[in-house]
Amino acid sequence: MRKSLLALAAGLLLAGSVSAASAADKLKVGFIYLGPIGDLGWTYQHELARQALVKEFGDKIETTYLENVPEGPDAERAIEQLVRAGNKLIFTTSFGYMDPTLKVAKKYPNVHFEHATGYKRDKNMSTYSSKWYQGRYIQGLIAAKMSKSGVLGYIGSFPIPEVVSGINATMLAAQTINPNIKVKIIWANTWFDPGKEADAAKALIDQGADVIMQHTDSPAAMQIASERGKLAFGQDSEMIKFGPKAQLTSILDTWAPYYIARVKAELDGTWKSEDTWGGLDSHMFAMAPYTNMPDDVKKIAEDAQAAITAGTLQPFKCPVIGQDGKEVECKGGTSLDAGQILGMNFYVKGIDDKLPGK
Amino acid sequence: MELVEAIILSVLAASTPLLIAATGELVTERSGVLNLGVEGMMIVGAACGFGGAWLTGSILIGALFGIVAGTLMSLVFALMALGLAVNQVATGLALTILGIGLSGLIGAGFVGERITPAAHLHIPGLTDVPLIGRVLFGEDAFVYFSIALIIGVWWFLYRTRAGLILRACGDNHISAHALGYPVLRIRTLAVMFGGACAGLAGAYLPLAYTPFFIPGMTAGRGWIALALVVFASWRPGRLVVGAYLFGAVTILQLHAQGWGVGIPSQFMSALPYLATVIVLVLLSRARTGGSTAPAALGTVFVPDR
Repeated sequence: MRKSLLALAAGLLLAGSVSAASAADKLKVGFIYLGPIGDLGWTYQHELARQALVKEFGDKIETTYLENVPEGPDAERAIEQLVRAGNKLIFTTSFGYMDPTLKVAKKYPNVHFEHATGYKRDKNMSTYSSKWYQGRYIQGLIAAKMSKSGVLGYIGSFPIPEVVSGINATMLAAQTINPNIKVKIIWANTWFDPGKEADAAKALIDQGADVIMQHTDSPAAMQIASERGKLAFGQDSEMIKFGPKAQLTSILDTWAPYYIARVKAELDGTWKSEDTWGGLDSHMFAMAPYTNMPDDVKKIAEDAQAAITAGTLQPFKCPVIGQDGKEVECKGGTSLDAGQILGMNFYVKGIDDKLPGK
Repeated sequence: MELVEAIILSVLAASTPLLIAATGELVTERSGVLNLGVEGMMIVGAACGFGGAWLTGSILIGALFGIVAGTLMSLVFALMALGLAVNQVATGLALTILGIGLSGLIGAGFVGERITPAAHLHIPGLTDVPLIGRVLFGEDAFVYFSIALIIGVWWFLYRTRAGLILRACGDNHISAHALGYPVLRIRTLAVMFGGACAGLAGAYLPLAYTPFFIPGMTAGRGWIALALVVFASWRPGRLVVGAYLFGAVTILQLHAQGWGVGIPSQFMSALPYLATVIVLVLLSRARTGGSTAPAALGTVFVPDR
């Protein structure tokens, strides 16, 4: 009910929120956002990157964004609206925009599209995503060091490969510090519901977890951890304001370097369809300052970050042992390959829980 | 035992916004008006409530801001649906859409800010009683207010003349009008009460639950409150049961996941809704004939002068 209402609302708002064309020689760049720009998480980070574009290119470009665009077929109209308003480069910033973006891309071969976190491409449609699991690995090291109870709490959104690979990377790292570390996993089955995220954090803490990790979007869990005197990791953006004594670090989505590079390519006429899957080395994301931990833990985190950036530390280094005790086939030589990580649908050994749907 | 206490505390907190919003909607519907705009009034209440508390530093003023904002929203509804006799369903839906947009606009200035949440009560001696102390005397004031509110509403509806008249308007507005009661004025007051409650319920979220404002933070709780009123077959007593049952299933499914019970989490997340449907079916089976809904619910009334 609510979803269809939001769709209706978005439809009503579309006509008003696309700004009119002005100087014809400016490159027009459009953005489709999933949430409101004030969500403090996913959409907010994309908005920061858009602002960085404006700062970088000034008068040479003109940007437009549509926020609160529901995923699915409704997105198609929103994307087309941007095309008709004269945008030549369009960023669609959520997984669920994949098929709508592809459909519009086929219809308008002269417009270039950039789709975040998807896997379908075309000659005028690129994809881009981040190796967030690298950041999760660093968090796993910190969590194992900082946990007194030996129980980590993990709030998942949906059991999709991106989230599952994050849990596995966390545990693989944590096990190098404490082989007996436990993780309790609660699926919120939503990306965004502050109340429910807070409830999940409370439940995890009540069950003995003392370091909370989240793969949902609001700072609710951070706030609960802070209130209960526990530790937590932020998500997408800087959340230290909600847990000055609780935040250990946060994986920050830093889209600006990529966006600037793509707009520059478009301006230079060198844009071509690509698949970008970048990690710490290509600055697709960054780690927030390491806080609320002793210096030796900080050093472990910084060393791991340096090693991952240099490519000497692979979070999914072979052998990776699955939950069933069997070794996972090592397709990438020294570590699991991209396909295995992007499609990860198993838990590693040491996770007591059962992966939903398995 | 500590875990049981912790779970009960979480359940009380999770149920409170639902109970407050549903209490308001129950009174509105008992007067014969169906206001589907609860979600919209709640989210505006959340934005204004947070804004009030953030500006003044007072949770009480924040709560009052939420109540006033919800009431103002409900007046928009009353003007359309009662004053101009526009279709109530359409007006209510429009109110939700308006509220979601408006709250984003109001809240834009203080997204990312945080406040100190409502303090939990602490009565020396009583709050420290094991197991029941914190449950009965250690939650925030909203929790106890919501219980007082529903008791007050029960007393009003069934033990006062004004409550009887309000119910008469909801069951047969033509008769009530013929007896000389100002049907539209009574309904407007009922709608305003519903708005005030929804605004307060919305304000509870940023004031006590998660002390920051983010657009869309009510996340569908207004719709659940609407469903609870039907679930309760428009009776205050059952409303309390429904709200706490819903809250309990919501919290327990999270704990069950943490314990690793092994039931798919998607099913667990659907459980509160499933429980609601099952109880609804059982209730309607057990009924001895006739609908329990106010007979004039959702129908337009234009007095002949």
